[in-house]
Amino acid sequence: MLMAILSLTVLGSLLGLGLGIAARKFKVEGDPLVAEIEALMPGSNCGQCGFAGCPRLAAAIASGSAPVTACPPGGKALALALARKLGISIDLAAVADQGPRIATVAEDICIGCCRCTKVCPTDAILGAAKQIHNVIREACTGCGNCIDRCPTEAMALQPLPVTLQHWIWPKPLDGAALAPARG
Amino acid sequence: MTAYLLLLLSTALVNNVVLVKFLGLCPFMGVAKSMDSALGMGLATTFVITLACAATWMLEHWLLLPFDLAYLRILSFILVIAATVQFVEMVVKKSAPTLYQALGIYLPLITTNCAVLGVALLTAQESMGFAQTLVYGFGSALGFTLVMLMFAGLRERLALARVPAAFAGAPVSFILASLLALAFMGFAGLNF
Amino acid sequence: MGFIERIFRSAAPAWGVHPDDRKRPAADVPLRSLPLPERLFMPLQQHVGGAARPVVLVGQRVWKGQMLAEAQGNISAPVHAPTSGHIVAIGEITAPHPSGLAQLAITLASDGADEWGERHPVADPFSLAPDEIARITAAAGVVGLGGATFPAAVKFNLGRRLKVGTLIVNGGECEPYLSADDCIMRQRAAEVVDGLRIVMHAIGAREALVGIEQNKPEAIAAMHIAAAPFGNVHIRPVPTRYPMGSDKQLIQALTGKEVPADARAAEVGVLVHNVSTCAAVHRALRLGEPLVERIVTVNGGAVSAPGNIFAPLGARVADLLAFTGLKVEPSRLILGGPMMGMLLPHARVPIVKGASGVLAFDADEAAVHEAGPCIRCGLCTQSCPMGLLPLEMARHIRAEDLDGATGFGLSDCIACGCCAYVCPSHIPLVQYFSHAKGELSARERARLRNEAARRLVEQRSARLQREAREKAANAARRKAERDAAKARAAAAVEAAAKVSEPIP
Repeated sequence: MLMAILSLTVLGSLLGLGLGIAARKFKVEGDPLVAEIEALMPGSNCGQCGFAGCPRLAAAIASGSAPVTACPPGGKALALALARKLGISIDLAAVADQGPRIATVAEDICIGCCRCTKVCPTDAILGAAKQIHNVIREACTGCGNCIDRCPTEAMALQPLPVTLQHWIWPKPLDGAALAPARG
Repeated sequence: MTAYLLLLLSTALVNNVVLVKFLGLCPFMGVAKSMDSALGMGLATTFVITLACAATWMLEHWLLLPFDLAYLRILSFILVIAATVQFVEMVVKKSAPTLYQALGIYLPLITTNCAVLGVALLTAQESMGFAQTLVYGFGSALGFTLVMLMFAGLRERLALARVPAAFAGAPVSFILASLLALAFMGFAGLNF
Repeated sequence: MGFIERIFRSAAPAWGVHPDDRKRPAADVPLRSLPLPERLFMPLQQHVGGAARPVVLVGQRVWKGQMLAEAQGNISAPVHAPTSGHIVAIGEITAPHPSGLAQLAITLASDGADEWGERHPVADPFSLAPDEIARITAAAGVVGLGGATFPAAVKFNLGRRLKVGTLIVNGGECEPYLSADDCIMRQRAAEVVDGLRIVMHAIGAREALVGIEQNKPEAIAAMHIAAAPFGNVHIRPVPTRYPMGSDKQLIQALTGKEVPADARAAEVGVLVHNVSTCAAVHRALRLGEPLVERIVTVNGGAVSAPGNIFAPLGARVADLLAFTGLKVEPSRLILGGPMMGMLLPHARVPIVKGASGVLAFDADEAAVHEAGPCIRCGLCTQSCPMGLLPLEMARHIRAEDLDGATGFGLSDCIACGCCAYVCPSHIPLVQYFSHAKGELSARERARLRNEAARRLVEQRSARLQREAREKAANAARRKAERDAAKARAAAAVEAAAKVSEPIP
């Protein structure tokens, strides 16, 4: 009886000591994964994901508490890049990707108050006091920060119009195509 | 030498841990979705099994048998295996963060992987020598890795195939696993 | 390898398909001219690259050949008036594109006179510097007329920079139904040969190889006669095999050189131009005429009198079909060839520079078979001219695994349609590939957008910091000024007190 207690105690403490030493030796400084994930993100800290800025979301994705599809401005492209980085598979069909969206200004109700220009993370809104503002299409990430700031509700998010250059052939309807042979 | 080679072959194929002894099914179904993570899991498990076999042999022959403590076998083996897995986890986290992420919960779960404890207990039961134990453990682990890779490869292809909705996902994987197990039964006919 | 196999191998390449070509009788009908339509629609983008920018105003009177829109950017081409008349609108019209989306275009009301504006013919193009030829070609809006519509002058400069030795002239015209190139070689062989010699001069090529499929004996004969005086222009009949008219396949058939993936033809020392493009270069130089007209094959089961039509650009498909007459209401309209052409939403779209044909199919020709399951017969892999595995690529694309498809060489696919043509299960393979390529480029665009946004965010935070710094500096300066002013005022008061004290 005594022997059993003694031997297990000795064994346990020896292993514990070894693991303690190993933990010292293999200590990971910070999480390199978080930094790598953050590097992939848009970095506009727009907050659409529900986290306070891109670094927080990166940490959440690295710890697995947020899905890789959490970043709306990043869209499908970012979700894929993250999935590849983390070595996980995602169902892209499930990604609610309404395509890129951009902010637009209704020119007849814009009063030129400049409030929206101050919150734009990418400086995509052009405007001076008492002048109608406009959005630079190429620079807008569709984060929506400006929408609530507008006192006259002149700002709205709209899908980026499809042009000939952006049009994509639809995927063939998944009917009997490529199905396993029947009978 | 021939004896060891035969032992290696028979543990890896004829008495495959996963498909013949049905041990370690948890990572087999859980991790073997892509070749990369299957290989990572296989290598980690190989390391753990081989190391655990060596450690448990020493434990068995230098502690448990001399002091007549054979009834503590399972308890002490689990202790040793858990420590080994902890060690492997630290190493993987340090050296391959993405693999660590991909293996997820299955990495610490190697502790409870019955293949590890099973192989260790089997070697103890058969009262093998040290070298034999090592070969037995290594061979079993090789068999485990082989099956993981085969299954992952098949499932990668299966992901592209059109599976009836009722069978999509886990059900068809089980069918696949059963077919693989049937195939491995063929090795039972090998006569050395 | 046996002797017989060697013969057969050289006669018929191992890739591609051999569809029923259906070029005749349309190819044998003499060339007709389309009566001038009342309205002509000139899209601003009829080429690869940046859209042209309008330089005319609504209501303005223009001459035939006058520039309507100028090139914009390095890779672009101007658009010219196809006839004389008035500009009636600059706005959106339906594009000749399967999407049916709108496109900016200049609408021209013809005055019926068809009067040319000023033209500057060059008497001896060979005395000009190559640069000058490229400039005139670019100003004439000449683009690749085989269907690729890449600005010809850009290719000239590329060829000269990479020291291309051989010009390959593409007279393959491997698509069934089409005979526009055949027609131009038969009827204007001299123009084609002169044009290709000008192109050779422009790129500094030593020899030209004209590849013509063997199913066009009349064209081969006419070109032989036209090229006879010039020792460095060789007419080379090539086996009739689709897609022989594709750059990489024709280069391999004529020179034995294989163009590596992700490389341009010029990098193996050859440059490919279409026969019609050469004829357009001839017109641009010798006659000073910009590209405003082209030969269009009108063919298909629904057409009463199929044949080749000399039509102004901007004429609508409906105008051409009205001219040739229709037997039945077409079940499907295609711009270009049946294999790689574009499905048209309706006939009210204009003929553009790259439109080599208009096909109006009757119900039989347009029949669509329902796609069946893949039986893994492997016919698609045998027919693929690029040596890809279409079935594997399609499987990956169906499962949304575009990276997997790219791994099987999706980016090398030339969308020739051989695989879908031979597929016994009628799987729309090319549509899978087109979809995947579009999706990949959309992802690439999104990635670039993200990167650009990142840069902008960094610049903004730099700006905010700079502004805060400047604000602080200004505040400090103002405070110092205020303090100085205060000190001065105090000193003045003191001085005043000192001065005023003795007075009382």
